[in-house]
Amino acid sequence: MRTRRMIHVLAAAAAASSLLVACSGAGGSSSSGGGGKSINVLMVGNPQMEDIAKLTKDTFTKDTGIKVNFTVLPENELRDKVTQDVATQAGQYDVATIGAYEVPIWEKNGWLHELSSYADKDTAFDKADLLKPMVTSLSGSDGKLYALPFYGESSFLMYNKDVMEAKGIKVPERPTWQQIADIAAKVDGAEPGMRGICLRGLAGWGELGASLTTVVNTYGGTWFTKDWKAQVNSPEFKKAANFYVDLVRGHGEAGAAQAGFTECLNAMSQKKVAMWYDATSAAGSLEDPKSSKIAGRVGYAYAPTTETKSSGWLWSWAWAMPKTTKNADAASKFMLWASSKEYEKTVGEKLGWSRVPAGKRASTYELPEYQKAAASFGDITLKSIEQADPANPGLQPRPTVGVQYVAIPEFQDLGTKVTQEISAAIAGKTSVDKALDDGQKLAEEVAKNYQ
Amino acid sequence: MTTLTAPPKTAPPPSRPRPSAGAGKWKRRIPLLPALIFTIVVTQLPFVATLVISTLQWNVLKPGERHFVGLSNFKFVFTDERLRTAVLNTVVLTASVVLISVLLGLGLAMLLDRRFVGRGLARTLLIAPFLVMPVAAALLWKHAIYNPDYGLLNGTLNAVYRLFGAENGPTIDWVSSYPMPAVVLSLVWQWTPFMMLIILAGLQAQPGDVLEAARVDGASAMATFRFITLPHLRQYLELGILLGTIYVVQTFDAVYTITQGGPGSRTTNLPYEIYLTMFRKYEYGQAAAAGVVVVLGSIVIATFALRTIASLFREEVSR
Repeated sequence: MRTRRMIHVLAAAAAASSLLVACSGAGGSSSSGGGGKSINVLMVGNPQMEDIAKLTKDTFTKDTGIKVNFTVLPENELRDKVTQDVATQAGQYDVATIGAYEVPIWEKNGWLHELSSYADKDTAFDKADLLKPMVTSLSGSDGKLYALPFYGESSFLMYNKDVMEAKGIKVPERPTWQQIADIAAKVDGAEPGMRGICLRGLAGWGELGASLTTVVNTYGGTWFTKDWKAQVNSPEFKKAANFYVDLVRGHGEAGAAQAGFTECLNAMSQKKVAMWYDATSAAGSLEDPKSSKIAGRVGYAYAPTTETKSSGWLWSWAWAMPKTTKNADAASKFMLWASSKEYEKTVGEKLGWSRVPAGKRASTYELPEYQKAAASFGDITLKSIEQADPANPGLQPRPTVGVQYVAIPEFQDLGTKVTQEISAAIAGKTSVDKALDDGQKLAEEVAKNYQ
Repeated sequence: MTTLTAPPKTAPPPSRPRPSAGAGKWKRRIPLLPALIFTIVVTQLPFVATLVISTLQWNVLKPGERHFVGLSNFKFVFTDERLRTAVLNTVVLTASVVLISVLLGLGLAMLLDRRFVGRGLARTLLIAPFLVMPVAAALLWKHAIYNPDYGLLNGTLNAVYRLFGAENGPTIDWVSSYPMPAVVLSLVWQWTPFMMLIILAGLQAQPGDVLEAARVDGASAMATFRFITLPHLRQYLELGILLGTIYVVQTFDAVYTITQGGPGSRTTNLPYEIYLTMFRKYEYGQAAAAGVVVVLGSIVIATFALRTIASLFREEVSR
């Protein structure tokens, strides 16, 4: 009797444990390719991608007969999966969304199909219409396109007009960081529980790393010099990082060390902060009255600067074709369609003009319907993207192309570890100088591979 | 004739049953073989592959540079400062989660061992946290409880402050200010029910006559607990601690979701550090070597666990 009960306990414990293991081990899905004309597309789960997944069947598949199987993953998992798939030559996907960071690295490894020849053949695609910084950041060393942009973004400053009016503050169209810090101090506490500014504090090269590097650029700092000397603890880098951390600690959002894009979007739209420096693509969400309490009351200014003329970043989600694909023709048709003017029009007509995947074509900003939908932020977005110079974003020449990252494989790790320490400084657990001195050692190790 | 044949007839029996019994055993085992082979293929081959990879310099982003480097990945594992911090964090995290949840589990089990109205309901509610998926639980703690803006903790603090006339309570950033306690607390919430279940089973297996005898002899409740209940529970506690340790060592969800290993690397434990090595650094060799070290460590703990379970059964059978 007693023995049996004991066995029950053990069995229950074992069952519970295996359940737990099963839960934590969940994940990993794949789409299966059907017959002849069918392609597998792996993409990041942003709203623009969810829209295309909805629209493809009744437009693209209907016209061409090519069936498209979508796999949608959150950004971090997407990066893990797409890198695994492409690097190991598994060849599961015919098309994948990758960012401007991956293109030059993967092109060098010979993993990507060049796409210029496809784009040149398709006259309706109008390659010349693509914004120049997008083309630069998605081109390989041979000058050919290795990915087609789906949408693009830069960064700018968003602010709560009501708060600024109540305090009698006029935010300059081209502010300096010092002006922004002064304004942040003035509007801190303007409403109960409201902080001055939201800046990303969450560790990660694509989170805190992106915002911080644009500040470092405009303070004259850089990660590496042109001949690969690590500069992480240079005076300019330190000055910029200290400014950033002091501003967040003094007047930044609550829980700053854990706040990334999503948390800041939430804080801004719920009136917990008066200003926010982040991606231009955030404006669409801020202007949506369903989710935002300040829709229609948002002001926009260019990315704050210190010593450079502009300082906005440049990012795009783009379609790339791994060399392993066996459906190059069908895949290229899909990519050209997804990046085309025609597709933008389809989105505008079927889902609403503010949801157009913008930021990659000059012609988008000439459409009267889009101009109306994006009246408050469209113009400044376009100019921010055009001003971003991925080849020369700071005061000195760089070894690689890119504004808010260094396009080498080691940067994911380096950027993650350095931003972890800076995030700790934001939490008050270490000092910026110590974080950067440690970061310099890591960066010197990386630099050795290139000198 | 018969006397001559008798000895050979009696001699074989000791030797003959062995081969026949062996054959019988194999006959019984044959249907199990596919399962055995399957188990070996899915559990042992990957481990062998991991062992092989751990001797390679292999960064997936640098194709064509893969080569054999012997034990240098292991040297890296044992000398890397971040990994040492991760080992320390893993020990702190595991030990505090297991000990606190055993203590809480013991207390709750003692309460549940008594008869009261609604005991079944109370038991079900108490078990509930263990049935929540780890990721869901971590998200719940991160957003609903720790969030400085709309979290439950600060909300409660504010309400209390307002009771006393203040306009607003302090805004405490729990996860950044107390990273390790924040992770530990969420895990304790998940693991206390598990400990409670095991200890409750132990309590209910306690012989009533012994307790009654103690009461008749005039032993105080404290003394009964210390000298009778606690020794009886020893093996159940050990079992809980060991099973708990094996699982809490592998904690990933809570660290990944609540703190991302931060601030800095203050809550980075081994599984999370291995994840970073694998998916941020893409150094498969180093990740594999660290994985091998963790497996060896876990085997040591698991050996103790299995011994305890075996001794439990031995005791049960001998009783």
